[in-house]
Amino acid sequence: MQTVSLKAGPSEARLSVVHTYGWRIAAFCLAAVVAAPLLLVFSGWLQPENQVWQHLAETVLGDLVINTLVLLIGVAIGVLLIGVSLAWLTTLCEFPGRRFFDWALMLPLAVPAYVLAFVFLGVLDFSGPVQTWMRELFGNSARLGNVRSTAGVITVMVLVLYPYVYMLTRSAFLTQGSGTLEAARILGLGPWGAFFRVALPMARPAIVAGTSLALMETLADFGTVAVFNYDTFTTAIYKAWFGLFNLQAASQLASLLLIFVAIALVAENRLRGRAQYHETTRSSTMQRHQLRGVRAWLATGAASLVFGFAFVLPLIQLLLWAAEVFAEDIDGRYLDLLFHTLLLGSSAGLVTVTCALIIGFVRRRHADLATSAAVRVATLGYALPGSVLAVGVMLSLTGIDGFLNLLGELFFDTSPGPILGGTVIALLMAYMVRFLAVAYGPIESGLKRIRPSLSEAARSLGANSSEVIRRVYLPLLRPGLLTALLLVIVDVMKEMPATLLLRPFGWDTVAVRIYEMTSEGEWERAALPSVTLILVGLLPVLLLVKRSGRHQTEK
Amino acid sequence: MKSFIRSLLFVAAATTAMPAVSADNGEIVVYSARKEHLIKPLFDAYTKKTGVEVKYVTDKAGPLLARLKAEGANTPADMLITVDAGNLWHAAERGVLAEVNSAALQSNVPAHLRDPNNRWFGLSVRARTVVYSTERVKPEELTSYEDLADPKWKGRLCLRTSKKVYNQSLVAMMMERLGKEKAEEVVKGWVANLAVPPFSNDTKTMKAVAAGQCDVAVVNTYYFGRLQKKEPDVKLALFWPNQNDRGVHVNVSGAGITKHAKNAKAATDLLVWLSSDEAQQMFAGLNMEYPANGSVKADPMVAAWGSFKGDEGNIAKAGELQAEAVMLMDRAGYR
Repeated sequence: MQTVSLKAGPSEARLSVVHTYGWRIAAFCLAAVVAAPLLLVFSGWLQPENQVWQHLAETVLGDLVINTLVLLIGVAIGVLLIGVSLAWLTTLCEFPGRRFFDWALMLPLAVPAYVLAFVFLGVLDFSGPVQTWMRELFGNSARLGNVRSTAGVITVMVLVLYPYVYMLTRSAFLTQGSGTLEAARILGLGPWGAFFRVALPMARPAIVAGTSLALMETLADFGTVAVFNYDTFTTAIYKAWFGLFNLQAASQLASLLLIFVAIALVAENRLRGRAQYHETTRSSTMQRHQLRGVRAWLATGAASLVFGFAFVLPLIQLLLWAAEVFAEDIDGRYLDLLFHTLLLGSSAGLVTVTCALIIGFVRRRHADLATSAAVRVATLGYALPGSVLAVGVMLSLTGIDGFLNLLGELFFDTSPGPILGGTVIALLMAYMVRFLAVAYGPIESGLKRIRPSLSEAARSLGANSSEVIRRVYLPLLRPGLLTALLLVIVDVMKEMPATLLLRPFGWDTVAVRIYEMTSEGEWERAALPSVTLILVGLLPVLLLVKRSGRHQTEK
Repeated sequence: MKSFIRSLLFVAAATTAMPAVSADNGEIVVYSARKEHLIKPLFDAYTKKTGVEVKYVTDKAGPLLARLKAEGANTPADMLITVDAGNLWHAAERGVLAEVNSAALQSNVPAHLRDPNNRWFGLSVRARTVVYSTERVKPEELTSYEDLADPKWKGRLCLRTSKKVYNQSLVAMMMERLGKEKAEEVVKGWVANLAVPPFSNDTKTMKAVAAGQCDVAVVNTYYFGRLQKKEPDVKLALFWPNQNDRGVHVNVSGAGITKHAKNAKAATDLLVWLSSDEAQQMFAGLNMEYPANGSVKADPMVAAWGSFKGDEGNIAKAGELQAEAVMLMDRAGYR
């Protein structure tokens, strides 16, 4: 190393220092952009709202906290069981239908949680077709049990959120390759032992990243729990805001949510300790464990069950509903809606993944406290309820606009009015703030698997830092990058509160149309835009499948 | 990687080329919590008639209000349309609406359906009334909202969640009319009579009554209208409660001119037009509501539900007491 820098000469050495500082400054700027709305949320504490707190504490708060914890635990268990086991089956085992399920199990990602919730209740509740049919067949006392229950909410949440765990774990298992597992088997472990003692611990960063995304989304969710009238902590936030007209108290509650998430993430990191997750060698051929007989069919059955309930059945019901209103509701404006949805989704995807990549690299190079704190802050936005975050972003934008207008008045004697507010830039910024965590998860877990010695080797062979990034990191990160891109694109297309509040005039998306219908309780009419959204959401999923398929054959 | 960078550049170009919000060029900018399909036909008709363009964004009332407040003097919005007097009252209270002195508005909109200080005006009226199963309930059994708290309805009542502003306004007006203690007692009685936990929306609530999960419920009239349109044989009917005292609880959707409107004159003209005979039929008819303007007849399907005495207490009270109503319902265990 030393000889290299001597050869490079002092001026170039200085340049590379500037270079790394540049990256770091970029990362801190990004963190600041994300932190501004979050700080505005925390600023709610400047004004004490004792009355609201006292009221909530005396009446509903205890139940809400318990409800929230029950929901979190239920969802965590569900997504871990389904996500990890399916990822294991499709990557490391062979069973009938594996090639299909390998990509099909990602599809439920395109189903928005609130949509699955209203389909679930529309079909299964007392007044829905299933129970009506049961009563006709077996008499009036026939019941399905209470579907508007804790178990119901957890089921719906797990069915829409397991793909986060599935996808991240899947790409971890894929990059692990079978070499490590073969070594474990040779050393005398059975298939289960190899799974629990080697594959699972090695995939831990990915599993944790996927699960924490699922749990953050659960915490931030309002749409799904509202359909079930299941009160969580988010319910209290909206109650304070919309019911008690108290945005301060709502911000205070929301900031507690953030603190809770930050503590949970730091705790997990501590527990993980100094463990390293670098892969050793990448084996060129994946030797899958062949399942036979009953076991093979059980695997097929489990995958079909999840795929059926999370995707096929809801889609069929939505199509039936959509057919009822199709003639009335479809119009030329759907093309606009589609165009906006796709453009916003892909732009936000690219911007957000780029930002996540920058923070990922900086975090990898600099392990100091300030950097890791900045990274931590930058990925907290995902845990905030959408409307609260949207207002935070809007306030920081109007703040900037106000400042620019002030400058305009001082120096140029004009005030240009809103500059960022009401533009696409504002909307992209909001998406970036909200979904940075989603992009960062897969990228970080991908980076953790790359041995630092690789980049050191590249550098010692004379590659400069941009070459190292381009020729070493990016190819190795490719599965993680594609996963990140896909997750963000699909999430942005489903996003509602920030889109509603910050979209420029006329920039309606498919999700906005869903909102217009569901907020009026017109679930059937919401089916048409919902189906549209799911089908559009399939595009990036299929693109990823094609890409990652090619990636594998290239190997 | 190159294609990735190329797409990034494309995004940058596409977004910077987007024009910022255009300033005053005669068009009216509306922030609306009333849904697009209920307002767009009206704006289209207005543009056709006068040539004045109307731009709008829709969102929930809370975020729109936060936006108006944050944008302050820089806001592009000239008009705020929202649903429920609670939200209108709150908007006025937060100082984002301007006083409008227009003789036409005052004569078109009855006094109890507008702000006493003329900052907002009701444009359509909905009643939050009792719906019952025609198979299991005789209308003679029903009298008032308070009566639904009577133990004879135990296990027979369905309600929508207390988190919906419609129920908050209903309870707020009960607090105003009956006193806070009596209102709390009634709400506790309702909770004790619930057949199942509260539903997330009015349509689901009515369907539960139709399916036999419960016998009576409280819903907004236009939801009943929609259900009736879709299922003409549904075995449900509306009942007008409290006809011997204060009358049915009514609420409004309404609008006001923003304090920092760039186009206040044009926006006021639009508001007056929306309250006029010409527009009222359409405004109410699109959502099967009652016109706020008393000289305009309701849609025939709506009129067929019969006439009723509505509560004529000023609806602004519902906003004033909303927070207290929410707290009351929390205490009563009404989710």
